[in-house]
Formats: sequence, structure tokens, C-alpha cells
Amino acid sequence: MAGAGTTPDDPYIGRGFVRADGPAKVTGAALYVDDVRPRGCLYGATVRSPVARGRLKGLRRDPDFDWTDVVIATAADVPGENVIALMTDDQPVLAHDELRHVTEPVALVAAPTRDRALAAARHVEVLYEALEPLFDPLKAADNPIRIFGDDNIFSRLEMVHGDGLDGMAQAEAAGARLVRGSYAVGLQEQLYIEPQGMIAQPREDGGLTIFGSMQCPYYIVKALKRVLGHDRLNVVQAVTGGGFGGKEEYPSMVAAHAAVLALKTGRPIKLIYRRDEDLQATTKRHPAFMTYTTAVDPASGRILAADVDLLFDGGAYNTLSPVVLSRAILHALGPYAVPHARLNARMVATHTPPNGAFRGFGAPQVMFAAERHLDRVARAMGFDPVALRRTNLYRDGDVTPSGQRLFDVASLEVLDRALAAAEAPLPPSMVATRPGGGQAAGRRKAGRGLAIAWHGCGFTGNGEAALAGEADVSIDGHHVLIHTASTDIGQGTDSIFPAIVADVLGVDVQRVHNAPHDTADVPDSGPTVASRTAMVVGRVVEQAAHSLLDALRAEAQWPGAEDADFDTLLERRPSDAPLRVRARYEDAGAEWDPETYRGDAYPTYGWSCVVVDVEVDTDTGEVLYRRLVQATDVGKALNPVLAAGQLEGGALQGLGYATSEAVVLDDRGAMRNNRLTNYIIPTALDAPPMETILVEYPFAGGPFGAKGIGEIPHDVPAPAVAAAIEDATGAVLDRLPMTPEAVLDALEARETPAETPGAAR
Amino acid sequence: MKIQFELNGAPTAVEATPMARLLDVLREDLRLTGTKEGCGEGECGACTVLIDGRAINSCLVPVVQVRGAKVQTVEGLARDGRLHPVQQAFVDHGGAQCGICTPGFVVAAAELLARDPQPDAITIREALAGNLCRCTGYQKIIDSVARTLSGDEEAAR
Repeated sequence: MAGAGTTPDDPYIGRGFVRADGPAKVTGAALYVDDVRPRGCLYGATVRSPVARGRLKGLRRDPDFDWTDVVIATAADVPGENVIALMTDDQPVLAHDELRHVTEPVALVAAPTRDRALAAARHVEVLYEALEPLFDPLKAADNPIRIFGDDNIFSRLEMVHGDGLDGMAQAEAAGARLVRGSYAVGLQEQLYIEPQGMIAQPREDGGLTIFGSMQCPYYIVKALKRVLGHDRLNVVQAVTGGGFGGKEEYPSMVAAHAAVLALKTGRPIKLIYRRDEDLQATTKRHPAFMTYTTAVDPASGRILAADVDLLFDGGAYNTLSPVVLSRAILHALGPYAVPHARLNARMVATHTPPNGAFRGFGAPQVMFAAERHLDRVARAMGFDPVALRRTNLYRDGDVTPSGQRLFDVASLEVLDRALAAAEAPLPPSMVATRPGGGQAAGRRKAGRGLAIAWHGCGFTGNGEAALAGEADVSIDGHHVLIHTASTDIGQGTDSIFPAIVADVLGVDVQRVHNAPHDTADVPDSGPTVASRTAMVVGRVVEQAAHSLLDALRAEAQWPGAEDADFDTLLERRPSDAPLRVRARYEDAGAEWDPETYRGDAYPTYGWSCVVVDVEVDTDTGEVLYRRLVQATDVGKALNPVLAAGQLEGGALQGLGYATSEAVVLDDRGAMRNNRLTNYIIPTALDAPPMETILVEYPFAGGPFGAKGIGEIPHDVPAPAVAAAIEDATGAVLDRLPMTPEAVLDALEARETPAETPGAAR
Repeated sequence: MKIQFELNGAPTAVEATPMARLLDVLREDLRLTGTKEGCGEGECGACTVLIDGRAINSCLVPVVQVRGAKVQTVEGLARDGRLHPVQQAFVDHGGAQCGICTPGFVVAAAELLARDPQPDAITIREALAGNLCRCTGYQKIIDSVARTLSGDEEAAR
């Protein structure tokens, strides 16, 4: 473990320095939103639509309920615009005309206790005229039932690479074999362990302070300015119990509701979701239907051309869906060089709760399809799956479908290092199964699967240059404060940024702190999303620290100041005047055309290979995880302990996506299994022992060479599991989740094999 | 009704309805907010406390059931300003990320270590299978418990 002190020879970066919030979190002292109870606060609750689609006719209060201390708010109480501002203005704060999905917020109640508020909400009946809903995304486009625009399509993208479909025809004419496959994935819940929650507190100036669980304070500022009709508000992040994208855009809704109630009552409002409510009402990962056709050279296994069609279900409102679709199409071919391709993608609307941001943001869906499709090619044409990947993996100088030339490609190294680690026996201290297994042992089949990911770090195209995220560094006595809107949601930002600054200044990290993420103080560093915080904002913070040194040297009037260290400069400051410097993201601007999707899609890419060992119970269809090895290019591990921890957590979320996390919708489109009893995320017994290899291909644009790593671990555990099931049993699964029922069906279908199973080793 | 029990080593009396959840009494009446609520139905373990030395989900316990019992929460693990060894291990080895599940994990781990000071990986996984974490993938939590120092080692730090 890292000791105190830092010098150029003994930096914090690259070591497992202890996270700053560790002691507060292990003692229970850290304050999450539900741990705070403002004086005089009332509790809020939400009245929701009971139907998927209907015309709102009004509300009916149960006359037998005691309403004396209850306040009800409706759309009429929204002081400004009744809209959650994000990409488009389609989603209201509270429904006022048409109900577009079950659980859509219709009204709010406030009461002196949480139980009273919940009871009151249950006694408000939503009156409506039922209308026919549209649930099937495959029938959504141009359906006469209209949800969005003229055609129910939130967004549509097309990319042509090389000669597009002509390349496919040429390859086929030259003897390439066409392989076609269809793949589908379902909803997935982020399942942060802390439910959504927000406090809205009236300020003396008539404005509001919003305090709560969130990833992106400035999203809430942007949304509430329009809800309130003014900008007298500040947003403060509470310690946040996980996000994974689920607290990217949805907290704007919770904040807006708390704000409406706070303005109507003049009191602080605490609005905390129950788990069952959170599961039914908040965003999930988009379901997707994906069809791939590839032309493959039968001799070499080279993929010569590809035709890809993607259909994503956005649900009833647009949220961030167009950006999800963008990341999906840009990652759709996986980490493989394909000279000619046409890719089509559509995001459609249905009368289901809106889907939104979730770790990976479109990439896990398409990389499941891409990896499964490669296994299909291997199976159909008799290639070894690993050799086929090796043949087609990107190498230095290769060009992506958007025309971006790649350098410092770690694809082969992550493959080789993951394979080598998986070949070594699992250390006995990590073994997580008891010997034996009794009767079950005979019906369990062991297998190994492998999959490879690439993931663009940061915003797409020139998004970072357009945003120009900012960070401040200031002096506070003997201490240094970092001011950013980049929240710590568990990934360690409140520890990583101080370590970066401590190393630049050459001071003890105990003297450097992230200031509270309060928009009254911090500049807009951009949202905490897209694998961008450490890499993009971390770099801005690093630059701000250098600017602080420059500023101290500039104010020093003594000889030798230009070479003096931070503490000397601090001691000899001419005054105690406040000193705060700002840095802003700068780059030359990526070559990127958002109309044609040509150019540099991302500043850089991370690379990862996942190897999973499973046992498949051929009687029950259950998949048991025995080991997971990942080798992942992180650019530079700013903190190896935190980096490995984030990668392992992401991988387990990917294993849940693979087999256990099924969202079941009822005939209103409401999540039926909206409890932790029946929405199954992995426990410590379900999780395999995990070995994590950090590969470092530095990115010159990141602090100390770091790349973003938040999302890549979720990208390909699921296809690796599918390959492992196939290796173990010959059963082929091309849909997620691979529940025991689905595995049993696939085992049964195997009895009449149309294709030869390929070993995944 | 008035309910008396021992809380983190000190006699405690609280006025509460008998069927109030122990979780709510701890968090709302006694303002010990280290015990967290993640699901309210005994699945996530974020509300784990020790009742007479056993790890229990406090969201499932009516407060009347702890009359006369010894209740220990995460706030009672550290002694004399010094973290419990398993708390220190979670800090040192990456056992905590977002931290919302952490109090439940350290309480459950403290119970395990009290009865088995040197558990192997499978024993740790079984003992913690009632606690859900979404951040870590559990490996760093297992490592933290496995690497928790004994009292002697702790003294030598």
C-alpha cells in the first residue's frame, strides 16, 4: 500500500493509493441523500400512470382518505415549461394530456412522513380513456399508432465504408462465403444499490438547492432552468450509491418533481424511490435486434465485407437514445478490420418506459452480436474461433468504418495475455467451489469461451471540443482544492483527481481534495459518463494544476521562483489573496462529420479480452461461473486497485446480463419482476474468481497516458459466456439473457445439429 | 411503546411502535444512518446489523424483537477512533467503491471473522452471499476479508 509523500521518483499515480472516501464509507459516516433530513422537510411520492397509453381525464382523490396534511401537485403546478430538457423536448415533467407509458409520472404528493406520502399516492386514482398501445419495436416504424414524429423513429443512422454493399457483391463474386445471423438482447437494469433520491430545498432568494444522488449535476441545472423558468438554483451531489448510467439523465426527473413540490409547499422535499418503484419507472438498457451478413474468404478467414442492420427500442421518450444508437453503430463490427461495410441503425419508439444510459451505451448490445457472429462464421466455415479473431483483429494502421486510422492498437496483446493467464491454473487461494458436487457433477459440462472488445473513450467525434469542459484548482491555506462537476459514483474520481494534482505539485495527497460537486462553485466539466472522466477531465485537472504553479510563479517577485517547488512558492506568496485558476479542454478538434459519420469517431480506444470458464448443468440449464480472466488496455493505470476493481465490477454486470438479468414486462409494459427477489443480479457465490491484467498502451491525450475504462468491462462478458456454453455443450445461443430456460431450449435444439459446434479454445 | 436494548455497547431506550422496522428506528429515531436501505425486503443486505452476534437484515426485524438484545451497527465496529481490522482491510484493498453496500458487508464480514478468523475464499463467499454489491464484482471484497489482519498483526502495524 502506498505510504505518504510524493516526489518525482515516488509518485502516487500508478500505485494503489488509498481512496479518499474509504474511511467514511466503511464506518457509515458518508452521507447519502436518504441519510440527510433537512429541518421541516416533507416527503414526496409520485402518482404514476396505470396504463401504457391513454388520454388523461383527471385525478380522483379517495374520499375516505384523510387529506388534511397532504399536498398534491400536477402539471398545472409546474412553474415554467412542463418538459425535461435533454435532447428533444418530448418528455414532460408530469403528464398532462396523453399518457405514453405505464408508470409515467402524473401527479406528486407531499406529506409529513414517508408512509403518509406513499399512502396518499396510493389513494390518488388516475382517470383516463384507454388507447391502443404499441409495444412491438419491430412494428413501430411507420405504424399508424404515433408516438414520436411522423414515423416513430427517434433517430436513424447509415454508414457506408469502403465500397459498401458493392464490396459485398465483389467479394461474393470472387468466391467469398456469405454468413448471415440474427441476434437479440433484452432490457437490463442498472441496479445501483442506492435507489434514486433527491432533496429540493427552498433558498432565501426564492431559488432552490437540489441535493441528491446523481452523475451529472449540470444536466439537472439545464433541465430545472426550464422547469422553474429561472436559473436561481444550485445542484449538489450527495455521496452517490452507484450509477452505471442510471443516474445520468433520470435524476433530472426526480429533481424536477422534488422542485415542484418544494415550490408548492415552501418546504424542503425529500423524494426517495422505493426499489420496486425504481425498477418499474426508471430507464434501462435498450433492447436490440441485430442482423449481420458477412462475406468471408474461405481460405484465410478474412472478413471482406459486412452488412449490418440494427433496431433499438427506445421506449416512449427520446431521452439519450440517439447517442446510444450512435455509439452502437460505431462499435457494431467489433474490434475487427472489415474493408467494406454498410451499416443501418434505427431507434424506434414504443409505449414502454423510456430506455436510457447504461454502462456501455449501445456497445454491449452490438458487441454481443458481433462476437456471436464471428463464432457463427467459425462454426459454419470450420475455423477455430480464436484463430479467426486473430486473423481479423485490428492492427496498427487499420481503418475503422468511419475512416479513422488506428494506432497503438492493443488488440493482439490483450488476446495473448488473457489466453496465457487463463492457461495457468487458478491459484488455490482463489478457488470458489467446494470439491465434489455429488450427483450434479455428472450432468455438468465444462467449457471455456472468449470474446474481445474495443471501446471508444470519451465523447464521439468533436463532442469534447464542442463541450470544452472546465476544471478549477485553488489554494485553501495549506491545502489545494479541485473544482469539477465530475462526480464520484464509486469509480474513485474524488481520489484520482487529487492524486493527479498531488503528483503535478509534488505534495502529499492528503493536502489535495475534490471540492463538493456544487454547481454554485464548480464549473461545467461535462457529465460523468462515456468513459471520459479520468481521461478527459483528468487531463484538464492536470493542466489546471500546472496553471496553478504558473500562477504562483508569476506572482512571485523573487529570483529563482521559476524553478521553485510548490511549497516554497506557497510559503513565499506575497499575499494571502485567494488564488484559483481554470483550465479548459482543448484539442485541435477531431476530423469528424456528424452528417456522414466519417472521421475520427473517438479520441482513442480501449481494448479488452475476456475469457470465461463455465459449467453448464445440462439438466437445469443453469450456467455456473468458475473463472473470469480479463486483459484490458487502460492506457495507464492511475490507480491499479481502483482500475481492477472497476473492471471486475463491470465484468460481473456483464455476466448478469449474460444469464440471470431478465426484465419481464406485463401486458401494460410494466416490469413484472420489479423486486430484488426476482430480478437476479449475481451474488458473491454466483460470481467467479476474477483475474485482471492491466495492459498499458498510453494515450497521449490522457493524464499520464490514461484511457477511459468505465464501460469496456461490460462489453463482452456475455458473448464470452455464450461461447463457453457452446464449447461445453454445443448449444448455440444468440439471444440475451441466456436464462436456464433458454439454455435448455438450446440444448434441445442441438439434438438436430445443422452446424458443427466449434471449440472455443 | 418503550423498547430497551443494548446498542453498540450502550444501553438504549427508544419509544417506537413495536412493529416498526429496526432499520427505521436506527436510521430515523436514533439517527444512525450508516445502516442502509437498498430493497426493503431482505435481499440486498445493505441494512445488515448484528443482533446478539448474528448478521441480520434489519429491514425484516420489528424493533420489538430486539428487546433486551445486543444490537451492533456499522457505527459500533470502530473502537477508540481506530477502524475495525476488516474496515481497514476494505479501505486498503479496494473493498469499497460507491460504498452504499459497504456497511452491510463489513458488518457481515466482522461476524464471519469473529467465528472463523482465517476463512478461505469459498467460506467468505458463502458468508457474504446475502449482501449484494454492484460495483466490485466481489473479488476485492473477498480479498479484503481474506487479507484482514489478525489482532496481533494489527498491533504490529
